[in-house]
Amino acid sequence: MTIMEPRKHGSAADGLVGGRLSRFEGQMKVTGAATYALEYPVENLAHAVLVQSTIASGRVLLVDKAEALAAPGVLLVLTPEDDLGLMTKSDWFGNRPDNQPYAPLPREISYNGETIAAVIAESREQAVEAIKLLRITYDETPGVADLHDPKAGDGKVMDNLSVSWGDAEAALAASAVTIEAEYQTPREYHVAMEPHGLTAKWDGDQLTIWEPSQWTHAMALNYAEWFGLPPDNVRLISTFVGGGFGSKGAALAYGAVAASAARKLGRPVKLAVTRPQNFTSYGGRAATRQTIKLGATKDGVLQAIVHRGASETSVTTDYPEQTGAATPILYKVENYSSQSRVVPVNTVTPGALRGPGKNPSAFGIECAMDELASKLGMDPLELRLKNYADRDYQTGKPWSTRMLREALAQGAEAFGWSKRSHAPRSMREGRQLIGWGIGCGTFPVIQAPSAAMIRILASGRVEVVSGAIDMGQGTYTILAQTASEALGVPIDQIDVLLGDSRMPGSAIAGGSMLAGSITGAVHKTATAARDELIGLALNAPNSPFRDTGANTLSVAGGRISVTRGEGPSMSLPELMAAIGQAELEVTRNTLPDDAQGAADQNAAWTSMKRVEGPTMGEFSMHSWCAHFAEVRVDEDFGTVRVSRMVSAFDCGRLYNPKMVESQWRGGIIMGIGQALFEEGMVDGRNGRTVNNNVGDYLVPTNADIPDLQVISVGVPDLKASALGGKGVGEVGIVGVAPAIANAVFHATGKRVRDLPLTLDKLL
Amino acid sequence: MRDFSYSRAGSLDEARQATLAPGALLLAGGTTLLDLAKCGVTEPETVIDISHLPGLDAITVDEEGITIGALARMSAVADHPGVKAALPAVTESLSLAASAQLRNMATIGGNLLQRTRCTYFRDPATFPACNKRNPGSGCSAIGGVTRNHAVLGTSEQCIASYPGDMAIALVAFDAVLDLGTRQVPVEDFFLSYADAPEKETVLQPGEMILGVKLRNTAAGMRSTYLKVRDRQSYEFAAASAAVGLEFDEDGKTIKDIRVALGGVASKPWRARAVEHALVGKVLEAETVAYAARLAMDGAVSYSDNLYKIELAPRVVTRAILTVGGLA
Repeated sequence: MTIMEPRKHGSAADGLVGGRLSRFEGQMKVTGAATYALEYPVENLAHAVLVQSTIASGRVLLVDKAEALAAPGVLLVLTPEDDLGLMTKSDWFGNRPDNQPYAPLPREISYNGETIAAVIAESREQAVEAIKLLRITYDETPGVADLHDPKAGDGKVMDNLSVSWGDAEAALAASAVTIEAEYQTPREYHVAMEPHGLTAKWDGDQLTIWEPSQWTHAMALNYAEWFGLPPDNVRLISTFVGGGFGSKGAALAYGAVAASAARKLGRPVKLAVTRPQNFTSYGGRAATRQTIKLGATKDGVLQAIVHRGASETSVTTDYPEQTGAATPILYKVENYSSQSRVVPVNTVTPGALRGPGKNPSAFGIECAMDELASKLGMDPLELRLKNYADRDYQTGKPWSTRMLREALAQGAEAFGWSKRSHAPRSMREGRQLIGWGIGCGTFPVIQAPSAAMIRILASGRVEVVSGAIDMGQGTYTILAQTASEALGVPIDQIDVLLGDSRMPGSAIAGGSMLAGSITGAVHKTATAARDELIGLALNAPNSPFRDTGANTLSVAGGRISVTRGEGPSMSLPELMAAIGQAELEVTRNTLPDDAQGAADQNAAWTSMKRVEGPTMGEFSMHSWCAHFAEVRVDEDFGTVRVSRMVSAFDCGRLYNPKMVESQWRGGIIMGIGQALFEEGMVDGRNGRTVNNNVGDYLVPTNADIPDLQVISVGVPDLKASALGGKGVGEVGIVGVAPAIANAVFHATGKRVRDLPLTLDKLL
Repeated sequence: MRDFSYSRAGSLDEARQATLAPGALLLAGGTTLLDLAKCGVTEPETVIDISHLPGLDAITVDEEGITIGALARMSAVADHPGVKAALPAVTESLSLAASAQLRNMATIGGNLLQRTRCTYFRDPATFPACNKRNPGSGCSAIGGVTRNHAVLGTSEQCIASYPGDMAIALVAFDAVLDLGTRQVPVEDFFLSYADAPEKETVLQPGEMILGVKLRNTAAGMRSTYLKVRDRQSYEFAAASAAVGLEFDEDGKTIKDIRVALGGVASKPWRARAVEHALVGKVLEAETVAYAARLAMDGAVSYSDNLYKIELAPRVVTRAILTVGGLA
C-alpha cells in the first residue's frame, strides 16, 4: 500500500496512518506515570518564587531585602539591583541585536504583575514566607489600565495589516442593504492545566532545563543566547506538556531568573509559577474591538466589507491580535477595506492563544453576517452559501482545497437546520428560549521543515526520534503510525521518543503546523531507513538475500521478504543478526537541498525563517469549519446553556481521526468558555487582572459541555502537507463564539456584541 | 507559608481549649483553611486538627427534625435520603455547592465558616486595604471590580458577599447551631458588617460549632434551593434562593412561606418582607413577582453588581412558583 493513496477516514483498523488509535501515553497520564517537567527528581534542589509588581507603571526605587535574607532557609534574593549578566535573545525570526543586555527583573515597571524579584530558599514555603519580608518602594507613575481606559486613545495603525481591494467605501454607499456594528472581545488566558515553571541545573557550563515547551530547540537556544553559551550546551527536556495553547513556545523571564539563580547558587533551582502569576508571566489573548460594515444587494449578495479593528498591546511591544485575519477570506467580495490598530496599555505583552487573530476576527465577521441575514430576512445558512468564496479574493489565488460548502451542508443536515424557525424568539420550551446559530471558522495552513531520526535496533524494535513535542495533540501516536506505514513494521514494535532539544529539530507545535511537518519528516526518514535496510539485505556479505538476484525486497508486518516467488523471508532481528548489524540509524529532514548546512538547519529549528504562510505558493491553503450551536437561554435569568453542537471540518486528511476529533472538541470546548465565561477583569485603578485564578476566571466544566458532534468533510490536500493533512488544532475554536452569540440572538432577539455572554447582559 | 504548629486534638474539650490561644485555628476538612493560607489571608500559629474527633459526624433524622454533626461531610449530608425527604432545600444547596471533590472533604461546620470570595480580600500582597483583614485599613473593592459583590447588608466598610449555599437554606428554616454552651439561631450567628466587617460571626474563642438542628416543618418538606450562575457547576451564586411553602387547606392560599437569599448579601439573608407580603395570599405569579421585589429593599449597588438587584427577585419568584407548582 502506498501512503499517497487516500483511504477513507477511520477505515484503518490497523496501526497505519488514518487509524483510530488511542493515544499511546494516555494510560501513563491517567495513572500519573507520565513525568511532567516539574516532577523530575533532581537532587539538592533550591526553590525560587517570583515576586511581581503591584503597580501598573513606574519604577522600582528600592527592594530592601535584609529581613528576607535573614529569614529561615533563604539562600538568595534577586532584585533589579542584581546584574545577572544576560544578553538579549533572538526574536521569533532569528534576529538579534548586538551586545544588548537583558534584565529579566526590570527596574522600569510597565504592567501590574510584572516580575521584579525572586526569593530562593531551601523550601518553597520558606521562600513564600520570606517574600512577605521584602520592602519594595516604588515611584508610581500614571498608567493606562486597559483598552477601555479613556487615556488609552485610538492607538496606532499597523500599516502592514492594512488590506484593500476594489472600492469598499463607494460600494458600501451604493449598497441597498447595509449593517454596521462594533464587536468586542476581552482579555482571555491560556489557563493550561499544567502551569508554567522549570527546573534548571548547571554542570559546569552545561545547562539542563526541564520545562514544558512547544518548541524544544528554540527554547534551548533562548537560554544559550541569554547566558552566552554555545547552543549545544543547553539541553531542554519536555517529555510531556500539560497544555500550551500558544503560551509555551519561547523561554520567558522567569526561566532566565531560575537559571541565573541556579548558576549563582551552584545548585539546581526549581521555579513553579503560581496560578495567579501565570496570568502575567506571559500574555494571553489581547482584548479587541472591531467595527464591521457590510453592504449587500437586496437579495443578499455581498458588495463590500469595511473592517476597522483594534487590539490592546503593551507599552513595550506592538503585538497585534489580528481582528482582520479571517474577514477577507470567508466570503466572496469584490470590495474590501481593512485597517488594524494597536493600542498600548499597561499590560503584559499579549501573545498567541488558540486560533490567534482568526478567533476574534471570526467573532466579528460571523456575527456581522448574522446581522446582515437578519436584516435581509434571510436564512443565515443561505446567506453564507450565496456568498461562497470560489477563490481567495485577497490574493486572487485558487484554494488548494476548500470543502466549506460541504461542511455547511453536512453540518446543517446533521443539526437539522432545515427545521429552524427563523424569527428570533420563536422557539422555546417553558421559560427556556431556544436559539440556533451558525459560525464559520478558518485557520491557515502554515508549513515548516522538520527533521527526524529512525533507529532500527538489533532487537527489531524501531525508534522514532524527534525534538518535537506532544502536548496532548497526539504526536507520539501519529508518528508511530507514520513510521509503521512507511517501514512496514507493526506499530507495537515502534517506540517514539520526543521532547528533547538533543533530538533532531522540528517545527514549533503551534500555528497548527507541527503534525503536517513532522509526519512529512518521519515519513521521509522512515522511507529512507527502509530503503537502506533493503540495500543492506541485498548487499551485505552474509545476507541470505544476497544471492536471490532480487533488485528490491518488501518489508511488511515486520518481515523482510523477496517481492515475488520463492525466497527467504525473515524478521528484522533475524536479518540484523544475519548481516551482523547492531543498529541502523537514519536521519533526514525536509529542508531543501540548498539549505542542509548547519547554520541553515539551526535556523530552521529555532526561528520562523523557513516558515511559509498559506499564500506563499500558487495556492491559498486553509483549514475550514462550520459550527452549528443550539442554546437555551432562561428568559428570567439570562443564563445561556449550550445544549447541542454540530461542527463540520475540512482539515484535509486525518492522520488519526480519534485524536483529531479530540482536538476539535477541545477547541470547541475552549470556544464555549470564550463565548460564555472567559474575561480578564481589570481593575481600572491599578491595571491588575483581579480574577487571576481558576476560581474567578471561569473555564467550562463538564456540566457546561453538551454532546459535541464533529464531522470530517476534508479530502487529502497534498499541496498542504506531505501526507495530505491540514492543521486541526487551532481551527476548532474559530467560529464557536459567533455561532453561540448568533444562537443567543435567535433565542432572545437580543444582540450581544461583546464577549462573554454573561447573564447580566441578557437580563 | 508561615511555619505553624500542628496538633491533633485528643478530645472535644481539648480542641475548644486550644482555640483560646491567639492565632489558633481548627482544621476539619481544610478546604477553606488551606485555601486561605495559600493566598496569604490566614496565617495560623497553631492548627488543631479535629477531623478525627468521634461522634461529631452523625446525621439524625426523626419526627422532630434533623440533627447534623459539625464534622459530617457535605457529600454525606447531600446524599442522606432522610434529609432530602424532610428538607430538599438543604440537600439541593449542598449538591449545587463547590465540586464533588470539595464536598467529599468539606465539613458542615467548616462550610458555615467559609469566608468571602472577594478578590480584594484574597490578594493581600496587592491590596493591603481591607477592613475585613485589617480593620480600619479601608475597602479596596469599593471602586474596583464588583461583579460578585453584595448589594444587601453592606456598608462603606465592606461590600463582600457571603459565598455559601447551605447556610441560606439553614437561615430560611430557622436552623439552630449547637455551640456546646449555647444554642444560637443561624440567623443570629452571622453578623451584619456594619462597622466591624472583620467580625463575621458570634463565635467566641473557646467555642466550636458542634452541630446544626432543624425542626421538621411542612414548608421544609415543600422546599427548594435555586442557584443561578453563569457556569453550570463549581461557581458561586450570582443569586440564589432557598424557599419553602405551606398551603392552607384550600391548596392555594399561603399559610407559611420561607425565603432566604444567597450570593447577594453580606450574610445569609432572610427575606422576611417577602414572606410577610405573601402569607395569607393566594399563590399567583404576579403576586409573587411583586412581593419578591421587596427582597431588594435597601439594596446598594456599586455598578458592576447592579444586575443582582434585578436578578435576585426573579430567582425568588421562580423558586416560589416552583415549589408552588406554578413553574
